[in-house]
Amino acid sequence: MSRTSSALERLANREYEYGFVTDIESDSVPPGLSEDVIRTISKKKNEPDWLLAWRLKAYRHWLTLADAEPTWANVHYDPIDYQKIVYYSAPRPKKKLESLDEVDPELLATYEKLGISLAEQKRLTGVAVDAVFDSVSVATTFKKELEKHGIIFCAFSEAVQRHPELVRSYLGSVVPYADNFFATLNSAVFSDGSFVYIPKGVRCPMELSTYFRINAENTGQFERTLIVADEGSYVSYLEGCTAPMRDENQLHAAVVELVALGDAEIKYSTVQNWYPGDEEGRGGIYNFVTKRGKCAGARSKISWTQVETGSAITWKYPSCILLGDGSIGAFYSVALTARRQQADTGTKMYHIGKNTKSTIISKGISAGHGQNSYRGLVRINKGAAGARNYSQCDSLLLGDRCGAHTFPYLEVMNPSATVEHEATTSKIGEDQLFYCRQRGISEEDAISMIVNGFCKEVLRELPMEFAVEAQNLLGVSLEGSVG
Amino acid sequence: MLKITNLHAKVEGREILKGLDLEVRPGEVHAVMGPNGSGKSTLANVIAGREDYEVTGGEILYRGENLAGLSPEDRARDGIFLAFQYPVEIPGVSNMYFLKAAKNAILRHRGEDELDAVDFLEFARRKLKLVEMNEELANRPINEGFSGGEKKRNEIFQMAVLEPTLCVLDETDSGLDIDALRVVASGVNALRSPERAMLLITHYQRLLEYIVPDFVHVLSDGRIVRSGGKELALELEEKGYAWIEEHAAA
Ligand SMILES: Nc1ncnc2c1ncn2[C@@H]1O[C@H](COP(=O)(O)OP(=O)(O)O)[C@@H](O)[C@H]1O
Ligand SMILES: [Mg+2]
Repeated sequence: MSRTSSALERLANREYEYGFVTDIESDSVPPGLSEDVIRTISKKKNEPDWLLAWRLKAYRHWLTLADAEPTWANVHYDPIDYQKIVYYSAPRPKKKLESLDEVDPELLATYEKLGISLAEQKRLTGVAVDAVFDSVSVATTFKKELEKHGIIFCAFSEAVQRHPELVRSYLGSVVPYADNFFATLNSAVFSDGSFVYIPKGVRCPMELSTYFRINAENTGQFERTLIVADEGSYVSYLEGCTAPMRDENQLHAAVVELVALGDAEIKYSTVQNWYPGDEEGRGGIYNFVTKRGKCAGARSKISWTQVETGSAITWKYPSCILLGDGSIGAFYSVALTARRQQADTGTKMYHIGKNTKSTIISKGISAGHGQNSYRGLVRINKGAAGARNYSQCDSLLLGDRCGAHTFPYLEVMNPSATVEHEATTSKIGEDQLFYCRQRGISEEDAISMIVNGFCKEVLRELPMEFAVEAQNLLGVSLEGSVG
Repeated sequence: MLKITNLHAKVEGREILKGLDLEVRPGEVHAVMGPNGSGKSTLANVIAGREDYEVTGGEILYRGENLAGLSPEDRARDGIFLAFQYPVEIPGVSNMYFLKAAKNAILRHRGEDELDAVDFLEFARRKLKLVEMNEELANRPINEGFSGGEKKRNEIFQMAVLEPTLCVLDETDSGLDIDALRVVASGVNALRSPERAMLLITHYQRLLEYIVPDFVHVLSDGRIVRSGGKELALELEEKGYAWIEEHAAA
């Protein structure tokens, strides 16, 4: 008994490997939010007037929301002082960058340490990476190769310069600037992120990936990602993130918009490993993110796969608007909360078109004092004849000081719809652990195996390289901690 | 190989084993019989090192070494195997993957080379034949959706793969129909060897028609109250456990 709980304890308080700080000069604006700050950000990025106007519209709307910061989620934190946050911080370039070779070696080393090689000649795997450091994108690999297929994959700010018409027609088309408190804030101050456009009929030949890193102190990260898959195209996109260990909480309020036109497919995968805070709940990232995809065309497909192991607080509901007839949305999620982490996460599936289909598989794992809530909405509109949804929410508890909660919401306005919901809660069994150990498997490996088995349906949705990373993260393998 | 002296053990504060003695030498097969609740599974779990069973007196020597303080995984790696009375299900974890991890943990512990995926598969396939188990079943998540008989067969398959030195089989016969019993028994018999010892825990003597023991012990209220040769099992069958209990009390 005692040994088992000590292994769970170690899991709950597992070391955060990515907590180092990169010592680099940065160009930051002073803390605080005002029209001036927004104008400064926009000017630094040499943005067109329409974009500045959009930001300001968002900011003015945000001011009216002062009392509307969401409180319905099952998470608890002290009020955030938005005037103490730095809204823009960029590593200061020594000179203008012509190629990847000129990226500050300190930055390259940072990404190497995180296991992300930006030196593409060394990259054998077919993954193109956009690296976002604090507020700006520092490098994008494999750009040339992708351009041959007409694919655009670049920093958001670069897209604004080079493809303003595309950005302008899709920006805010899925998550409008007035959508919610954090999305509105993001619309006002977003600094960088990735932009992807896949032309008609093109199957993107490699995985596209963005790696987000928060480095600077007291800085918020407000990135914005926009992915447009034109008719009949396909893309698989991966997102990873880490941050240094700091005692203060840091805010990450991103917006991701996906647009899939007729017969297009977007697979969006996230392995989120922001700093979770320490055992006492000091520090860690507040991950308040709005992610939404629109299946605009007939038979289009969007799937969200997420493995959430980090952050002090996670508040996110990657959603699908199933507009096109026969379009398909999916949400596969693993959320692990340990230490004092809190997660309120789930999805929303809006069935609007006929014969639309959605699948929700959610796996919540709680350890330590972690609190894990699944919150999901399935809405079937009047016109969505023949719509189908299948939801499955499973919770696994490790230890008895953690919690799991499920909040499913169903709104069915069309009688021909089929909706199924299943939910289970289980405790990692002493019997299961003993069974594994009796076969010679160490306690840590046994926990890791049982947890990974529990998450299998989600992990198999991840691209290969990410699946391994995710398993290691959940892995709990706790190298060297067993004598 | 196994020498248990004056063993006392508690579960949830209640004493279940009350001074048990047992000695098993290499190559021998011992049957431990006893009524429900007499402490048979407790004995099996205590040998395997389950932590919610507290040893309050006596000792267990295994190959001359005192097992006290040794973790379940270390005991397993040293060659102790328990075929569970109620094998658990572990959703999403493939049986073969699990067994390969177990086999390699044991090999590593012994300083031997680990098996790669190809070698392991070949090795495991030979063992599957032994228990007439098909590969599809072996690849499914551990015991998930297995019938009672399939679970027991899987235990013997795992035993064959891990090649233990001391095999403790806890009511492997219960819940088996006669055909399954025959298959499981022939699997067990194939594993009998001069270096390997077996402890067969059973409620009925039926199993002992197929796996003939060298010794039979009767467990009652946490103690071995009688020991003898294989004929003791028959006598027990004839006269019932009540006879032993009266006898023991007398
Ligand atoms: N984990 C446990 N918790 C509480 N009581 C137990 C536990 N395991 C066994 N017991 C009790 O110990 C006694 C012996 O059980 P057991 O060893 O399983 O007997 P057998 O296998 O001979 O049927 C029974 O009274 C049983 O209720
Ligand atoms: Mg029993």
